[in-house]
Formats: sequence, C-alpha cells, structure tokens
Amino acid sequence: MEWFQELLGPAWLPVWTLVKIIVIVLPLLIAVAYLTYAERKIIGYMQIRIGPNRVGFFGYRLVGLGQPIADAVKLMTKEILLPTGANKSLFLVGPVLAIAPALAAWAVVPFTDHLVLANVNASLLYIMAITSMGVYGVVVAGWASNSKYALLGALRSAAQIVSYEIAMGFALVGVLMSAQSLNLVEIVQHQSGGFWQWYWLPLFPLFIVYLIAGVAETNRAPFDVAEGESEIVAGFHVDYSGMAFAVFFLAEYANMILVAALTSILFLGGWLSPVPFLPDGFFWIAAKISFVLFLFLWFRATFPRYRYDQIMRLGWKVFIPVTLVWILVVGAFMQTPLGYLFH
Amino acid sequence: MLNEIKYFFKTFLLIELLQGMAVTWRHMWAPKITIQYPDERTPQSPRFRGLHALRRYPSGEERCIACKLCEAVCPAMAITIESAERDDGTRRTTRYDIDLTKCIFCGFCEEACPVDAIVETRIFDYHGEKRGDLYYTKDMLLAVGDKHAAQIAQDKADDAPYR
Repeated sequence: MEWFQELLGPAWLPVWTLVKIIVIVLPLLIAVAYLTYAERKIIGYMQIRIGPNRVGFFGYRLVGLGQPIADAVKLMTKEILLPTGANKSLFLVGPVLAIAPALAAWAVVPFTDHLVLANVNASLLYIMAITSMGVYGVVVAGWASNSKYALLGALRSAAQIVSYEIAMGFALVGVLMSAQSLNLVEIVQHQSGGFWQWYWLPLFPLFIVYLIAGVAETNRAPFDVAEGESEIVAGFHVDYSGMAFAVFFLAEYANMILVAALTSILFLGGWLSPVPFLPDGFFWIAAKISFVLFLFLWFRATFPRYRYDQIMRLGWKVFIPVTLVWILVVGAFMQTPLGYLFH
Repeated sequence: MLNEIKYFFKTFLLIELLQGMAVTWRHMWAPKITIQYPDERTPQSPRFRGLHALRRYPSGEERCIACKLCEAVCPAMAITIESAERDDGTRRTTRYDIDLTKCIFCGFCEEACPVDAIVETRIFDYHGEKRGDLYYTKDMLLAVGDKHAAQIAQDKADDAPYR
C-alpha cells in the first residue's frame, strides 16, 4: 500500500478516496437491485403468490435471483425518450439531482467504529441537509417533463417531503439531545450496553415518528401519492423511460436503504450487539438495516394509500405535536435526577 | 366524549394498523396458490370454450351439413360458410371460415349445431404470428378436430348427462 502511495504521489488522496467511494457505492447499487427482488418476493408471499422465480444463472433458476440483473439489462437497453415539449437539459438533470444526494449521504454513514468514509462532527446535520436536496430532483423532473401529471406528482412529492422533513428533524433533535452529539459514530457509541440501552426505548414515540416519516420521505406506500398510478399515472417520472427512469428507481431505493441505515444507527444501536455475549460488528448493522427494510416492504404489502389531505394532516397535526411533546419530556427529565433514563 | 377518547387511543396506538400487519404476516407463511402456468395447469370443465374444431364421423365423413345455423347465430359474425352439392348428392360446405379475431367464444355455434360438427375445444394457448394467422379455414378446423378427436368425444360424453 505504501509502495502504491509513493507511486501515485499527490494523486494518492483522490485515488484512495475514489476507491473508498466505489467500495461503498457498488455494494449499495447491488443492494438496491436485490432490494427490488426482495420487495417483489416478500410482497408476493404476503399476497399468497410466489413472486419472480424464473430467471436464474447458468441455466439454474435459483428462486429467481437473476431477475434484478435481467431488469437492469432491460432498462439499460431501452430507449430514453425525450418529450417534444420538455425542457431538455433540465429533463436530463432531474434524475442526476435525485440520485446524487441519495448516494452522497452515504459519505458519513458509519458501518462500524472505524469503517466510515468521512467521520465528520456534524454528520447528522450533513445528512439532514443532503437528504432534503433529493426533492429538487423530483421537482425539476416533474416541471421539465411539461406534463400535467408529472407536475402534479412533483408538487405532491415536494409538499409531502417538506412537511415530513420537519417531523423527521424534530425526531432527530430528540436523538441528539440524548446523545449530546451530532456525530453518528458517537451517537451509536452512546447507545452501548445492549438492547435496552438503544434509543428506540426512551425515544419510542420519536422512533415511530421517524420510521413513518422515513416512509413518507422516500415516497413509499402508503405515502406514495406522488406516484398515485390510479389518478396521476406515475407522477413525476411519467415521461421517463429506460435508464433515466432507472436512475429515479435507484434513487428511491437508495433512499430507502439510507433511511433504514439511519434508523438503525439513531435508534437501533447501529453496529452494536443486542446482547453482551456476542461481539459488535458490521453484521449487526446489516441485520438491522434489513429488518427496517423488511418493515418498509411489509407496510407496502399491508396498507392502502393515504388520501393526500390525510397525509398532510398526519404530518402537521399529529407528528409535529408528538415530537414536540416528547422533546419537551426528554428535556424536562434531563433536568431531574431521572435524566439518566434518556442518556 | 368517551367514544372520542376511545377513538383517539385506537388511532394513536396504531392498533388497527398492527392488526393489518398481522394479517399480511400470516399470509406470508400461508401455502401459495400460484399455478405456474406452462408447467402446471388449472383443471378445465368439459364445457370449456377454446379453439374451434370441425368433427368427423368415425367413418371419416365430415359431420357438417352446411345448414348455416352457426353462421346465423354467431353474434360476432365470425363464421363464413359457402356450400355446394357434392357428387353423391349431399350438401357440403366448400368454405367454412372462422375469424378468431372476431370470435367472442360464446359457444352459440356449438349449441346451434344439429350434428355436433362445430365444437369448441379445451385449447386456449394458440397464437398467430402474422396478420391473418387467426383466420381459420375449413382445413385447419378439420385438422384441429382430427388431432383432438378423442378428447372432444370424451368431453361431449362427459357433458351429455347434463344436457
């Protein structure tokens, strides 16, 4: 490694960072591909179906594990249509704006104590800032398509993401009050001590609010009115095809994994083991992310889509008061000898 | 007032949502009802109305006597028949075409036929690859009937007690 460092000289740092980025992004994209497979399989099972089980590798079916690869190849070979009335440059910038924040946020997500690309002190703030950028991709894409459906979908999505971001932010305030740090690594280290020390318990209402707001934030069912195929066809990405559509798809699923990762880190103890006799490690955070993702799919298989005004009501009139009250409770308890309950 | 409080807790504690999730959870472990079509097939009734066929008597003589009842009853006007006298003095069809792109598979032709010549078989997975492929002529219909003669006869026999 040092030999390599001398060979590259000043170019070493960018190259090494690039390698680290690839090491994070590549498994992420594979995870996205197999998340779509898991989604189809799990929702299929919940609807007493089998789900995809035909496409495999080397002539073996392997319960359909080749399906995401086949889907990816199909999307890559399809034509990207440019609508005549669309604003061409913005139309093509839209997907990029959607996926860039979804990937950039992973820069500060810690996988274990040391396995983190950038261990910055304000990582939680960075996450908040970068994830709220994601809505621009949706809005730009919806506007640039020059279609009524796309514009309506974009507006719905924008209003929804903005509303739920507030509740989500307040839920995070509770976490940083307890952890007294904005650094994700320190937040996890603060939760050490086993299952009952993780923040899901003392901050239970915030945990639930964060989870539900996370579903809404990623425009997933039952909050997927931005797509609403029954009334606005597919929402903001109705005019996208081929790889441009696939990029939106990637962004949505990468965001899902991101929210799941953040839920695991902030409320479920990240890479910490739930019981003292098992070692901490990457395995635990992977298991927790998978669990939260399973919840996402489970929600989608179970709940019908919310009506739009009810989504707004839930965000503004239920979640924000709940989070505010619980922040108050946490703050008040911290001034008493019982404050240790919330640390 | 009491009901309002009840409602508040019912919604706030997400009770009904959790019940719904319990339902999907149970379904996830339930035996799956998927029929994997080309490998497995659902059972069919002997009355199944699929691809048409023209039948023959065991002697090899074609059943159709060109009475044109099927052509008359066909609501989609998918059947075209032309007839002529054969050398032995019997009336036979010279043309018996069914346009399967028009056909609605109502089975009226089969009902109308006095000699059980035109029938609808159990075959539902056939296709045409170019325009006109689904325009079945007399020869094609007779070929279908010859190929599946045993099955058609069996289905007719099975259905006979209920007619």
